[in-house]
Formats: sequence, C-alpha cells, structure tokens
Amino acid sequence: MSADVLFELKNVDKKFVRGKETITIFEDLNMTLDRGDFIAIMGPSGSGKTTLLNMLGGVDRPSAGKVTFAGEAISSLSESDLAKWRADHVGFIFQFYNLMPMLSAGHNVELPLLLKKMSKAERHKHVAAALKLVHLDERASHKPKELSGGQQQRVAIARAIVTDPDLLLCDEPTGDLDRATATKILEMLQMLNQEFNKTIIMVTHDPEAAKFAKRQLHLDKGQFVDKEI
Amino acid sequence: MLDQTFAVIVMNVRSIPDRFWMSLVTIIGIGVVVAVLLAFLAMGNGFRATLQGSGSDDMAIVMRSGAQSELNSVLMAEQVNLIATAPGIASDQSGPVISAELYLIVDAVKRSTQTQANLPFRGLSIKGVEMRDNISISEGRMFEPGKNEIVVGRAVLSEYEGFELGKKISLGKAAWEVVGIFDAPGSVFASEIWTDGLTLQSQFNRNNSYQIIRAKLANAGDVKPIEEFIENDKRLNLEVGTEKDYFSSQTKGTGDLIFKIGIPLSIIMAFGAIAGSLNTMYNSVAQRTTEVATLRAIGFSSMPVFIGTLVESLVLSLIGGVVGSIAAYLFFDGLTAATLGASFTQIVFDFQINSATMVNGIVVALIIGFVGGVFPAARASRLPVVAAFSAAQ
Ligand SMILES: Nc1ncnc2c1ncn2[C@@H]1O[C@H](COP(=O)(O)OP(=O)(O)OP(=O)(O)O)[C@@H](O)[C@H]1O
Ligand SMILES: [Mg+2]
Repeated sequence: MSADVLFELKNVDKKFVRGKETITIFEDLNMTLDRGDFIAIMGPSGSGKTTLLNMLGGVDRPSAGKVTFAGEAISSLSESDLAKWRADHVGFIFQFYNLMPMLSAGHNVELPLLLKKMSKAERHKHVAAALKLVHLDERASHKPKELSGGQQQRVAIARAIVTDPDLLLCDEPTGDLDRATATKILEMLQMLNQEFNKTIIMVTHDPEAAKFAKRQLHLDKGQFVDKEI
Repeated sequence: MLDQTFAVIVMNVRSIPDRFWMSLVTIIGIGVVVAVLLAFLAMGNGFRATLQGSGSDDMAIVMRSGAQSELNSVLMAEQVNLIATAPGIASDQSGPVISAELYLIVDAVKRSTQTQANLPFRGLSIKGVEMRDNISISEGRMFEPGKNEIVVGRAVLSEYEGFELGKKISLGKAAWEVVGIFDAPGSVFASEIWTDGLTLQSQFNRNNSYQIIRAKLANAGDVKPIEEFIENDKRLNLEVGTEKDYFSSQTKGTGDLIFKIGIPLSIIMAFGAIAGSLNTMYNSVAQRTTEVATLRAIGFSSMPVFIGTLVESLVLSLIGGVVGSIAAYLFFDGLTAATLGASFTQIVFDFQINSATMVNGIVVALIIGFVGGVFPAARASRLPVVAAFSAAQ
C-alpha cells in the first residue's frame, strides 16, 4: 500500500441537532486514507456511513475537527470554493444513479464538463471516451428512462469519471441492482481503481460487493474497525 | 457559468411537460389576467380615441358658463347673433363660419337589449354639417331644411332599431324620415342623428334657443379673442374652448372609470395568478430536489439553479401572456361597444388593441412570472446538497 496520504480526518465530530435532541454520529474520529486505495465502508444502518461520505465529498461539514485532502483543509473552504473543489476532484456515484431525466445519456455525462473551460468539440471527445469506457458509446442519445438500471449506473459512472477526478465516492452503487449487473458495475470500479489509479470509497451493505475492494472498513458506534481482506 | 446556466435552463424548461396540468393551469391563469387587462385597456383606448377623434383644434365651442356639456347648455338666438360678430372667427363669402346647434335626447330601441336608450338628436344647418371634416353621406342624401328628414350616423344604424334608409320613425311628437346615412369614422357624431336646426326647434318647441355654437377659428387653437369678447359683454354669460379640449374633458369621466375598474380588477386577478404560479414553481422545485442537489454535488453553483427555476417560471408566464394577448386580440379588437358618454348619451366606440397594448400585456405576464418564480428559485438555490444522497428518485 502506498504511503501517499489522500485524506486525513483529525478530531472530527459530527452532530445533528433535531429540535432539542442532539444526535452524535462521530466523536473525535481520526483516520487517514491513501491515494489509489479502494475502500468498502460497511456497517449497520444509521451508523453514519453516508454522513462520512458526505464529509469526504465536501457536501457536508464536520461539527468540529478538520478534513484535509492532499494537504488542503477542505472543511474550512467557502461554499463556492468547495463546489469548485468537488468539480475538480470528486466523482459521485449514487444508489439511484441521479441522472437528469430530461437529458440524454451523453448530455448527462457532459454536465461536469460544463464547469470546465472547454470547447464543445473537446467536451464531446471526453464524453465519447467516458461512454466508451463503460461500453455505452452506442447509447449516447438515449434518455435515462430508456436504459436499464445497470446501464443507468454505467452512465452515472461515465459522468463521475469524465473530468478525470482523483476520487470516486459511491454510496451503495449496486444497492438497486441484481447480482449479475452488480458484479459488472463492481468490476468496472475495480478496473478504474487498478488501471486508472482512481481512489474509490464505496459504501455498501453487501459483503459480496465489499469483496471487490482492496480494504473493508467497518463502522461501528462512530469508530472504525479495520479489516484487511 | 453561461454553459452551466444554459444547461440548467434546458433541464427546467424540458421538465415542464412533467407538470403538464399544473403548468397549463398557470399559463391559463396568467393568460386570463392578461386578456382581461387588455380588454379594459382596449376599451379605454377606443373610448378615448373616439372622443378625441371627434374634436378638432380649429373649432371653438361656445356654451353657457358652467354647462360642462352640450346637454346642460342653453343659449338664445340673440346671443348667437352677438357671437357671430366676435373677432377670431373665420369667415367665408356668407359671413362668419359658425353653427348654432340644438342637441336633445330622444328614446330609441337598442338592438342588443331591446331596451330604450338615450340617442342624441342634433339640429344644425347645412353649413354646420359642412364645417365638420370627416363627415360624408354614404347612403341616400343630406336632409333638406324645413322638412322632417333625418340623417343617421353609421353607428346608430348598427346599434338601434328602425333607422334604416327610407324608414319613418316617430321622435317626439312628429314623424321623421331617414333620408341618409352618414359616416363619421372614429367620432361621436357617428352615434347621433341629425336634422335641420330650425325644423327641430319648431317640432320640439324650442323656439329661438340652442345648446351650443360651433365656430371655426381664424387661428387654430386660439380662442382668446372670443374669450375677451365674451368678458366685455355683460349679456354673454358664456364660455368658450376648442372642440378638442371639450371632448378630452368629456372623456375624463368615463375614460377614468374604465381604468379605475379595469386596473384594480386586473391587479386582484394578477395576485391570483401569482399564487398559482408560486404553487407550480414550488412544486417544480420539490419534484427536482434530487436533481438540483445532484447538480450541486457535481459542482454547479447555486446561481444557475436560481436562474433556471426563474426562467422556467418566466417561460410559463410568457406563454400565458402571448396566449392571453392573442385571445384578447381575437375576441376584443374591433369589437364595438356602447357606453354612456357625457350627457348620458350613448357613445359607440371600438375596442382598440394595438401592438403597444399587447406588449403591455406580455410585460404584466412576465412580472407575474418573475414574482411567482423568484421565491421558488431562491428555495431551489438553497436546497441542501446532501439531499442528493438521501432521496430516492
Ligand atoms: N440531516 C440530518 N439531520 C438529522 N439527522 C441526520 C441527518 N442526516 C443523517 N442523520 C442521522 O444520522 C445518522 C446516520 O445517518 P447516515 O445516513 O449517515 O447513516 P448510514 O450509515 O448511511 O445508514 P444507511 O445504511 O441506512 O444508509 C442517522 O441516525 C440519521 O438519522
Ligand atoms: Mg446511507
């Protein structure tokens, strides 16, 4: 395993206040994640897996403590800097794909490129390459509802990698798919990790899915129990 | 920024059919507001144009001091003779160009309602007819002095029963024959019937009295000499003004009334349309929560999300505005209406919808769309990004 540290969490607290009640999800969480790793995060429902992923992805902030990414404290970036950071470094893959129903597969994949300074021709080149990588180059003009769940998730993967980010964050990427389709998706993630050196953090309930990762982390009572495969 | 904004706008607008019925109701609501507003504006414009079209700047109207309208005025033959000697009045071979006119009200039956309405009956000389521009006999001939003959304005023919050419009609104690139809486009005179002044005086027992004097001015707009002449003669308790001023003062009452009813009514309806549009747009935002949060997670900033929602609302309102304007144009433009003018007589006028009024209607629609879109747009732009992970589609 490389010693190149990508993420570092220092004394991270995360609390939710709901009315008079305060729910503590994490208290004094410390951890590091290495570049090029493929980690499966597992744990019981409500243990805070999504919350952690949100903090790593810069869509949520810790209540206290620090999250650094390649030496940069993302937890103290402004909203708009954080949006830019996400556009530059993170690809998200969601359980329900979260494709834009009004846009074709190609236009969905193109979305993150709209945030880059890029000509239309360049964008199309990148979109075509990303769709080819997920074997959907022939479906570029199809709307999401004309695609199967597995195909939609592949479009979502193409969208996540089209800007060539360092990091892929996946929340239950196969949670809505059957075993055979799930396996294809997981193999694809594995390929992205091995051949393109993407760092992948994947939340999953499914022990079979977790086996595709290099490492499994078990979240319990706000702390990690490290389990090597 | 432009690219992302454009992409969000495209997504918003393309999602409109997802909320088809709701969007349709919003469009119709806005369309109705615009149509009603335009109907009132068209009415006001038409009414104003008719009364202003009736008045000319080189014609003076003399009437009893404080009379305010022809019907309330009365002046005697001696006063007419004195005014004829006043300076500032144009003259021709036969002397000063003036016309002393009777103006009374008779009952006639409206075609539309079959009820009696007030119809102005004007008595004047042939010279008085010739003084007016824009009057032409289109059927039959002019009345002859000394005979019970009338000529009928084009609008009277269409609005009232029994005034067709050749018909005999009883007005007051006498019977009158319709010998001609005259055109007076865009003028109140089209809503009048005319006969010889002296004949009218004798048939209605108005010996030696008139309502007003029309006098052609030597210099257009300049009534000063006549005004001074009246002031210097104690026998003349009269006032003078141009015909144009007279008619625009007559428009004020009814014209204002049309606007005073129309504008508040439109405003109240506009609030209804705003409520409808808010509802649709909040719904649109709620439906697209995951979509918006996903865009934000990808790195889109909140501005394009705000603008996209606002544009969706503006597009709906623009469609409503265009539909409403076209509907108003088809239904109301050129529609003829009669209303009580000054003197409680019926004035017939056309609704007028022109491109400027239609633009007004569309601007009002866009204002409704803006107000109805700006709050939902603010909500959309503040949606939490974490919603991308929680909501199922
Ligand atoms: N915005 C929020 N406000 C209040 N409580 C929240 C919020 N988000 C998450 N929580 C709570 O935090 C806890 C952890 O939630 P989280 O979604 O991270 O769990 P999870 O491990 O992803 O669960 P699952 O496996 O069901 O997806 C839960 O008890 C949840 O109710
Ligand atoms: Mg979760």
